[in-house]
Amino acid sequence: MEPILEVRNLSISFTQYGRGTRQVLLPVIRDLSLAVAPGQVVAVVGSSGSGKSLLAHGILGILPYNSHMAGEISFLGQPLTPRRAAAVRGKEIVLVPQGVTYLDPLMKVGPQLRKGRRDQSARTASRAVLERYGLGADTEERYPFELSGGMARRVLIATAAAETPRLVIVDEPTPGLDARAARRVLGHFRELADGGAGVLLITHDLELALTIAHRVAVFYAGETVEEADAADFAAGRLRHPYTRALWDALPQNGFIPISGAQPGPGEVGEGCPFASRCPKGRPECMGPVAYRELDGGLVRCLYPEGGEQP
Amino acid sequence: MSLEAKQLTFGYRRKGKEPVLDHIDLTLEPGERLGLLGPSGRGKTTLCKLLAGYEKPDSGTVLVDGKPLKEYRGICPVQMIWQHPETAVDPLMKLGDTLKEGGPVEEGLLEALHIQPAWLERYPTELSGGELQRFCIARALRPGVRYLLCDEVSAMLDLITQAQIWTFLLDQAEKRSLGLVIVSHNSPLMEKLCTRMQTLA
Ligand code: SF4
Repeated sequence: MEPILEVRNLSISFTQYGRGTRQVLLPVIRDLSLAVAPGQVVAVVGSSGSGKSLLAHGILGILPYNSHMAGEISFLGQPLTPRRAAAVRGKEIVLVPQGVTYLDPLMKVGPQLRKGRRDQSARTASRAVLERYGLGADTEERYPFELSGGMARRVLIATAAAETPRLVIVDEPTPGLDARAARRVLGHFRELADGGAGVLLITHDLELALTIAHRVAVFYAGETVEEADAADFAAGRLRHPYTRALWDALPQNGFIPISGAQPGPGEVGEGCPFASRCPKGRPECMGPVAYRELDGGLVRCLYPEGGEQP
Repeated sequence: MSLEAKQLTFGYRRKGKEPVLDHIDLTLEPGERLGLLGPSGRGKTTLCKLLAGYEKPDSGTVLVDGKPLKEYRGICPVQMIWQHPETAVDPLMKLGDTLKEGGPVEEGLLEALHIQPAWLERYPTELSGGELQRFCIARALRPGVRYLLCDEVSAMLDLITQAQIWTFLLDQAEKRSLGLVIVSHNSPLMEKLCTRMQTLA
């Protein structure tokens, strides 16, 4: 099936002004590739502050002026140019943002859902979409500050789903929600995928991602280092040593911390950015490492897990 | 010796609303790790703030080793570590200066927390959440501190940083015989960390 979204070798960097007039170019995303098929939930998992949210902004064409983007993004088989992105965003491609601050604090929920339309069919539609997300008709009359965290999150989803999008981009959907509310919110994204949309879930929470994602792309130091089926995790079929370390660090899987920290933008040199922390690193890892297919997934590693040479 | 909350009630003094905390009792011994459970909005963070003296209860008392918390002078023996470290440090101060504010830092602590010397010269916006959280922990671990309140301290961190920080905290808690209150929505994490749980109804 043709993917809804395909991202190839995406890079995004920022021009920053250091102290004085020194200009520095900070590459936040250096090489990110992934694809989302219809009906699929694809999670991008990376640590907070690693710049993975920029992927959403890059796809939507809403990066700030001091940024530079390179690589290819195609949507429904056609290149997603800035003009096309502007035409489809909020309609065929919707963002469910991280913060509920995206809701207009001065406008009641109903009018926000209807986006200014006042006719009867818009009213019927907004009622229906609220009901679908377990929100009573009285929610229309509320202001955002009157909603609980879980309700506000569902209003954001309702706002997105009201447009019957082809691609739903979700940025950190669950912080601040308790386990029940989080499961409910995530379930709604899975429903959108079951209805045929592609869902791109950007999160730092591997565990939650695994509860609904079909595919998981692991993001480390500006690069996608592995793409795997969600089922590969529990089955122990992981490819990249970093993914393995993430999995082993889960409290229920050993809670084992590897040492060191992820290098930030501008701290990455040539070669594999995981090399300083990698138990399997060899001198060759300081050279270029390609992103390649392996066992139904992708990996950026010269000596992947399970791929040992005899 | 213990941290005791007696009949704590707190309600943001809003008319017609149920109080957030209604006559809560809690006891924590040194060396214990107490997990607080309950859905969001049930006052877990508020309870931590009361125990650390950031908020005053409408009624009830907090006792530290038998003495009311408010009678302690100098560094509070109960320290809180927050979910969002970026809101817990002065954005206009270099992190080295933020650390120095609370007196000298124990030798070896910065190394054990993997805090790189170069970070001391940086401002909060120049570091990641995980890096900042390490500073907040170093700041909280003063001599004389007996109890740590950890409110979703690793919720925004990646799994490896979470495991690093908790391995460190558990080790310190044991060495210093600290009592820990732990709040987290992550149940496998709570099961791993806590020696006892209490549910806020
Ligand atoms: S390329 Fe080398 S250093 Fe990098 S993850 Fe693979 S084995 Fe480790």
